[in-house]
Amino acid sequence: MGKYLHVLSIGIQNTLVYRVNFLFRAVFGLVPLMGTLFVWQAIYAGKGPDSMVGAYTLQGMVSYYLVITFVDALTAVAEDDWQIAADIKDGAISQFLLKPMDYLAYRLCLYLSGRTIYTAVALIPVTLFALYLREYFLLPASAGTAALFVVSLLLAALLQFFLAYTMALLAFWVLDVSTFIFIQFAFEYICSGHLFPLDILPPAIARALQCTPYPYLCYFPAAVYLGRVTGGELIQGLMIQTAWVLGAFVLARWVWARGLRRYSAAGG
Amino acid sequence: MHRLRRYASLYGALCRISLVQEMMFKVNFLLWIFVETLWFALQLAFMGVLYEHTDQIAGWTKWEVIALSGASQFLMQLVSITVITNLTNLSELIRTGKLDFFLLLPVNTRFLISTRKFEAGNVFNALLGLAVLAYALSRLGIIPSVVQVAGFVLLCAAGLVIHYSLMFLLAIIAFWTVRAQGIVWGYYNLFNIARLPDGAIPRGVFKVVFTFVLPMLLVSNVPVKLLTDRLQSPGEMGVLLVLAAGCLALSEWVWRRAIRQYTSASS
Repeated sequence: MGKYLHVLSIGIQNTLVYRVNFLFRAVFGLVPLMGTLFVWQAIYAGKGPDSMVGAYTLQGMVSYYLVITFVDALTAVAEDDWQIAADIKDGAISQFLLKPMDYLAYRLCLYLSGRTIYTAVALIPVTLFALYLREYFLLPASAGTAALFVVSLLLAALLQFFLAYTMALLAFWVLDVSTFIFIQFAFEYICSGHLFPLDILPPAIARALQCTPYPYLCYFPAAVYLGRVTGGELIQGLMIQTAWVLGAFVLARWVWARGLRRYSAAGG
Repeated sequence: MHRLRRYASLYGALCRISLVQEMMFKVNFLLWIFVETLWFALQLAFMGVLYEHTDQIAGWTKWEVIALSGASQFLMQLVSITVITNLTNLSELIRTGKLDFFLLLPVNTRFLISTRKFEAGNVFNALLGLAVLAYALSRLGIIPSVVQVAGFVLLCAAGLVIHYSLMFLLAIIAFWTVRAQGIVWGYYNLFNIARLPDGAIPRGVFKVVFTFVLPMLLVSNVPVKLLTDRLQSPGEMGVLLVLAAGCLALSEWVWRRAIRQYTSASS
């Protein structure tokens, strides 16, 4: 365990170098978000006062996007997948096959330290943004909701990491994984609820999406936060989310084992 | 005239070399076209979802907004074809000192570092954007006149100049900070603003910045408004053209200052 804590602290020191980069990214990232919010405001203004889109008032819609921004800062995979693919391509993983250190656990530590620093940096612009929209900003209804939100957030982070890790392992088979990463990211962007809340979709499509892991990356934690899922539905959701995390973990292990058989340790 | 022909043939040669390089990885070439198409489809799907819940956004109907998406996709892909890759790589040239090599060639350095790599795959996606625009216009029952089409081409050229100049300005920050790749990628977020109907943005700082400083709300809105007869006054076209000239002049001025204080690296 101690050695992984060490990795964690090295990871934090290394990512601190990128703090200005992170700040740029966080600030630039708010620009399209503001654009989207303006569009929603225009839609609600056109529909008349107190109008609803699906089950959302304007306030509900804006706070949905705020929570999503927060979830994204805490869980998004930044450079991890590219680095994993690069490690495989230039043979850097060879050393992990010789050392008593597990590569997946090592990457998980780096991911967590990266997220810690990113969140710390992004907190400045995101907080300012939330203050600017303070009339729309809602706190969780109760301490219990907040606690369950944290649980679903942690599960979302693990799911995000395992999926990105497995995608990056494609580097064992193909020369350039970036296209595959972008394709999966496109699906994730729309199906995880990043672009809009999934329950404004036609019910058949929304239900079909619930059968994929994507909603559990973003939409589900946000729905927990906003009190849109409660009681038995919430417990069931958390269980499905846990199942996806375990499934993604097993898949990651399996793909890794298959990949190693193909691995030729180029350049190592 | 002679100079123009020389640069045209030089650009032709650069395109040929890029194409040959691309064709070495054919599957990858096709996959990138697919990635871009997927992202475009995703934006259109988002608009489709929005219009499930409303008939108009700030007075723009569904097909007008789709025409706008098509036009901004077209412009963004034109930028991708010609300059994005080159400008993102500029900071690497500076960091490694490879820029020296380009400074020594008997060609305008800015031309060479901006156009070195031609992204042929994006030609398909640019045409796709144009096709979506044409389809949306036909759904609106609009057949643009020759004058409108000519105006559209001119305004798109102005939009291209604006995107290029702003991105170039961001890229040459690297002369002072050395690392600027992230900054250029950040520009991708601005393309998202260009897709929005300008009427949806309320008066305020955001609108002023993205109209007059980083004219994202003009580059695709104005050409589409010309085609759909939505222009409130020809002044909007004037502002776009003047800003294009201004951005180009500013970027040239900063470029000259940047190159003057370039000290190379590691040699």
